[in-house]
This record gives sequence, structure tokens and C-alpha cells, in this order.
Amino acid sequence: MRRLDVGGVTGMSNSETKKLTVFPFGPQHPVLPEPIQLKFVVDEERIVDVTPNIGYVHRGIERAIELNDYRRNIYLCERICGICNFMHGMSYSEIIEKLTDTEVPERAKYLRTIWSELSRLQSHLLWLGLFAESIGFESLFMQVWKVRETVLELNEATAGHRIHLSTNVIGGVKKDLDEKLTTRYYKDMKKLRKQVDSFSHVFHKDAAFKEKTMGKGILPKKIAAHMGAVGPVIRGSGVPQDMRTHGYEAYGYLDFKPITYDGEDCYARAMVRMDEVYQSIDLMERALDQIPKGPLANKNERFPDGVAIVRVEQPRGEVFYYAVGNGTIHLERCRIRTPTLPNIPPLLHMLIGYEIADIPTIVHSIDPCMSCTERITYVKKEDE
Amino acid sequence: MPRMLGNILRNLFSKPVTVNYPFEKPPYEKGTRGAIRFDMDKCDQCQDCERLCPSSAIKVYPDEKRVEYDPFRCIYCHLCVENCMQEAIIHDETPRLPEYEKNKDNFP
Repeated sequence: MRRLDVGGVTGMSNSETKKLTVFPFGPQHPVLPEPIQLKFVVDEERIVDVTPNIGYVHRGIERAIELNDYRRNIYLCERICGICNFMHGMSYSEIIEKLTDTEVPERAKYLRTIWSELSRLQSHLLWLGLFAESIGFESLFMQVWKVRETVLELNEATAGHRIHLSTNVIGGVKKDLDEKLTTRYYKDMKKLRKQVDSFSHVFHKDAAFKEKTMGKGILPKKIAAHMGAVGPVIRGSGVPQDMRTHGYEAYGYLDFKPITYDGEDCYARAMVRMDEVYQSIDLMERALDQIPKGPLANKNERFPDGVAIVRVEQPRGEVFYYAVGNGTIHLERCRIRTPTLPNIPPLLHMLIGYEIADIPTIVHSIDPCMSCTERITYVKKEDE
Repeated sequence: MPRMLGNILRNLFSKPVTVNYPFEKPPYEKGTRGAIRFDMDKCDQCQDCERLCPSSAIKVYPDEKRVEYDPFRCIYCHLCVENCMQEAIIHDETPRLPEYEKNKDNFP
């Protein structure tokens, strides 16, 4: 095991560790969207050891969920993460539906799937842009974000807001797609596919992009599975792990197959996301073809009671919800594990052995979202 | 090279993607969740909005026939607009503009 102290590195003699330098990366750094500190132990340019330090943006959301009325929490859960807001709202609604035995109408399931895929699209496009920026490719970053506007405008037209959709209610959804919007969806999906084509060849073929990402941040298949990586990180290492294969909401009807790459490096993780952009467009079109007519929501008639878990695939990976209800208006406990937390140990493994210049690329390849992650605080006892 | 030339020519004659804010207003879609106002002629002080509001931004005083609304607490989810039986909550399709002081709105 690696030592958490910065005094030395396990397996090295005293004279060897004397040559090493320790430098902090973060919590404020131009590359990082959100605060996390990584303390690097470097031998000249090469990384020997790394220690993470999280806890800068702890907000106490789980406690707030326990104190709140369970019906108001959908909006609180949506504020856990800005990018995956719809999926957090959906996961919370799903878990309350399980605790109150509420059936969700088929049309609502399809609509939730469509909005989930829209969220995934905008998140992946955002990530592709930021990743391009992290390797210093500014113009590509702007091109990708220009395309992302199409998705955000579609969000605004259907849900009334560009980012915070807030369309979930317990037992279904509250907004509907009329015929005019459906035709707009089809039209915009076609447009989006063309727009994504306009920059996808850069990610596939550009020599500078390949040079900076290929063979960087290797995460072998065995270690990825052992450390419990999730989302595009584990799929980039060749493990076909995706919660959508479990068929929650309408994914069971859409003939979904996860995308995997065997590269195990930053390039493979970027390609997984690039292909998932196209896959999301396909899934959305298939969902729009199959969507049945019917009611939007069923009413729940009792307070949450019992224990339930929900696993949903977010753009960054699997989110895990666990809730205990006791038959009152408040939940007794709600535990939320967001996808960045299981991806931090693999990140530490990826960084060892690479140079300081590779840090931004490798850190960005897991798509860190720190504000969603922070549920734990590390307390050091004085006598230790 | 020919591909690059095409790109250069296209960029030379295409319009900018961005909007020249604040001289030009950005376009908003129909149904955008915007600013909220209360129509006190219609309001019957049932307090439904106060109970529903996820961020406790609305306070209704039935005795004084008065509504206090905090636009800086409001998260613009429009749950109150959708659930008002009297249709007393009017909403715009443009967002509320920033202000210098965090004052609450009093209706009427």
C-alpha cells in the first residue's frame, strides 16, 4: 500500500527519497473545473506517488434530504450535479416510487429515457470540449461547445430551462412532447449528427491529439475491474459494464449494447465518449419511434416505507441511491454515491509513472466532478 | 489543403454564432421558465404555493391578504405556477434581471 504521508515512498531507501520533490496540484488550478488537491511526489519530471485530498466543497446534501419533506427533495437532488441534474432527479423519483409502490406510465418512462440521453449528449459534448482544451486544443474546444448549444436549446424548448430540466415528479413526468416538438427533435437530431461529424474526424485522426492521449494513463482491464471503476473509464479498459443493460426506464425496449474500447488509455476513454454521442442520438430516435400514447404520471398515495436501491447510468458512470423510509414524510436515510468517487482510486493508479505534463490529460480523462462526490469528511484523530 | 481552404472561405462569409449581449437580447424558447408575479385579484390565499415551494421562497399572510416572494431564493421550477388552482401566478418567458439589492417582492 502507498503511504499517505508525504515524507517518503514505500519501497525506497532514505537516500533515494531525499531526491524526490513534493508539489501540490490544486485545489485551485486552471485545468480543474472543481477543487480537488492531488499531492504529487516527483522524481525530476516523473510521478512516483500521488495522494488525493477531497472535501473542499462538502455541502451536507444527504443531511438536508433527511430534514426535508420527501416531495421537495427532487429539486434538491437535482442540485447535486449541474450536468447530470435530470438523472439525479430521476434516480430520486425512482427510489421513492419503489418505496411507495407507485407505477410509472409507459409514456413517462420513454420521456425520461429521452431526457436522460439529452443530458448524456450535452455532458459528453462538454467533456470532449474540455478534454480538447486540457491538451491545449482551444479551437476544437470552441467548435464542440458550439454544437452543444443545439442540445441546450432543445432542452429549453421541451423543459423550459437549458440545464435544470426539473421535469420529474414522483410517479412520472410533468411535461409532454407534442407533435411539433417531436418533429423538431427528429430535425435537430439529424442536424446534430451532421454537426458532430464536422469535428469527430479530428478526435479520430489528428496526430497531435493522438500523440498527447495514446498510451497515457494506462488502466489495465484487471485493475479497472478490481478497483471498481465505472462509466467510460471502465468501458475504455474493455469491460462492458453499463447500468443501461439492466433495462431501467425504457432502455429494456431499445436494444441497447454498451460501447467498449480495448485501448485502456486516455484515447480509448475519449473514443468511448465520442461513440456514445452517436449512440445517444440513435437511442433517442429509436425512443421517439416507439413512444406510446398515454398518461404522464400516476399519483402516489402513501408515505415512503422500507428499503430500496437504484442504480442509474450517468454520463460519468453509475450513480447509486440507497434510501430508507419509515412511513413518515421524512426519509430516515438517503445515501448517494456519485460516479467520480469510485473513479478516484483508478485515477491514482493511472498517474504513476507519467510526466508532469501529462497530469491535466489524465486527470481530465475520468471527468472529475468534485461537488457531486463530496459526501465524506476525513477526520484525523489526535492520538494517531 | 483544399479542405482548409473551404473552411477559411466558409468562415469568411458566415455570421458569428454569438449574440452581441447586452445590445442584443438572446432569443428565448416558448415555455422558458422565467420571472414570477402574483395577481392578487385572483389569489385566494390558499397557501398551496407556500407548501409546495422547494426553496421556501413564498410566504402567504392570509390575514393581511399579502404575499411575500423572495426572487433570490426562488429556483424557478414553476411548481407553484403549475399547481395554482386560481391561476394567480403569472410567469414571463424571459428571466428576471439582476439587481443591486436582495429585496423581497411584496404583493400587492
